[in-house]
Amino acid sequence: MELSFEHLQSAHCENGVTRSLLNNIGVSQITEPLAFGIGSGLFFVYIPLLKINNGPVIAFRVMPGLIFKRTCKALGIEIVRKKFSSKEKAKVFLDECLADGHPVGCQVGVYYLSYFPKEYRFHFNAHNLIVYGHNEDQYLISDPIMENTTILSDYELERVRFAKGTLAPNGQIYYPKIAEVVTDEQIRKGIITGIKKTANDMLSPMPILGVNGIRYTGNRIKKWRDSLGEKKSGLYLAQLVRMQEEIGTGGGGFRYIYAAFLQEAHAYNPVDELLEISKAFTQSGDLWRTAAVQAAGIFKGRIGTQHDFNVMGDYLLEIAEIERRAFVALSKINWKG
Amino acid sequence: MKKEDVPQDLSSLGKVTKEVCYATDELGKYVTELSRGWDIKITALDTAWSDVELRIADAHQKVLNKQASPVLFFMEKGLMDIGILAGYTGFWKWQIKRHLKPNVFAKLPLKKLQRYAEVFNVSVDDIKNMTVHGT
Repeated sequence: MELSFEHLQSAHCENGVTRSLLNNIGVSQITEPLAFGIGSGLFFVYIPLLKINNGPVIAFRVMPGLIFKRTCKALGIEIVRKKFSSKEKAKVFLDECLADGHPVGCQVGVYYLSYFPKEYRFHFNAHNLIVYGHNEDQYLISDPIMENTTILSDYELERVRFAKGTLAPNGQIYYPKIAEVVTDEQIRKGIITGIKKTANDMLSPMPILGVNGIRYTGNRIKKWRDSLGEKKSGLYLAQLVRMQEEIGTGGGGFRYIYAAFLQEAHAYNPVDELLEISKAFTQSGDLWRTAAVQAAGIFKGRIGTQHDFNVMGDYLLEIAEIERRAFVALSKINWKG
Repeated sequence: MKKEDVPQDLSSLGKVTKEVCYATDELGKYVTELSRGWDIKITALDTAWSDVELRIADAHQKVLNKQASPVLFFMEKGLMDIGILAGYTGFWKWQIKRHLKPNVFAKLPLKKLQRYAEVFNVSVDDIKNMTVHGT
């Protein structure tokens, strides 16, 4: 059985799943940047004490599941979301959804994701894909980061849905309950709510969150060479670059997608500041990438003096300042109703 | 980032799929552009892998030196930590920490060894002898 479903490639998996599932129920206005912005996907957190793949936890996005949840909520679309303790029940539920004609989003781990290249298969559990059919013992998969659709056997899908470790998916499955007509006015309002939420998150007074978190990370990096040694600090920097660039961020730790979102937001809310602030995020994204080049110099061993770490840390301080100003400007916008 | 600056350095992912990047066109408007990969990301991933290789080699040596049980070797080989291994085997973390000791491991009943064997996808004998087949 194969549901009619159009595969769309996106930069980021959850944005992509959100956009595709919404497009599939007729909400075709939602692009990837709109899903990301309305769902308040942009975030930053640095948790030095928590380790993932033997490096610190550095996230450029919100927790998995939130983008879909918030976007649907903003658009007035009711969602179904379930987690399971039993693999059998998880499969039964998935099959029922498909039989009822719902393509569904699934949170999965990538370690056992057979169609990914081996080099990318770490124990990373915040990946998302869509299941849109089942033929014999194979599920039809639309993975938004892939150019084309793919397949997973029953066993393979079960294994990735029940991956273990940090953020274990527990078979999490989600989809929009019923097709709704979404008006441009709802999108306009969703954009405003999304921007306010992100500005609030990023300007949080907590020292490890948002703009403060970026500044904190910059200051920590300057100390890494002495406190961690050359090898480990190189590994930590590689981890930072991977979180920033690798996992479908669209480049520059999602900053480019956010800049694209602000441009699209302008079409719904013709407030001139949006275009200017969009440019600030382009600038920030460019700086994140410049910082990544500097980091690579260090983890390749080409450079590595204290001065090089200071330059690296200073990039993050500069980014923090650009983003602070941008989010303050966003939070001060007068939306006129 | 401008559209023409989107890097096209072939990565291992690039052989399977190109990735969507967001970049600006000549008018400053955001568009999507496909990328085959970026050198910087490739090096970051290589760095992570060379660390994995080191950890595996280190674990291998520790087992040979009788400082750790083969569970450590297979755990590192599977890119796991104790928390992930606890998730897959159903053992508690403290149990796994004990099983990492050679003398405790030597007395493990077959049933427990089978749980490890299943998770590591090898036979019980392979675990005991630290044998690896293929990749």
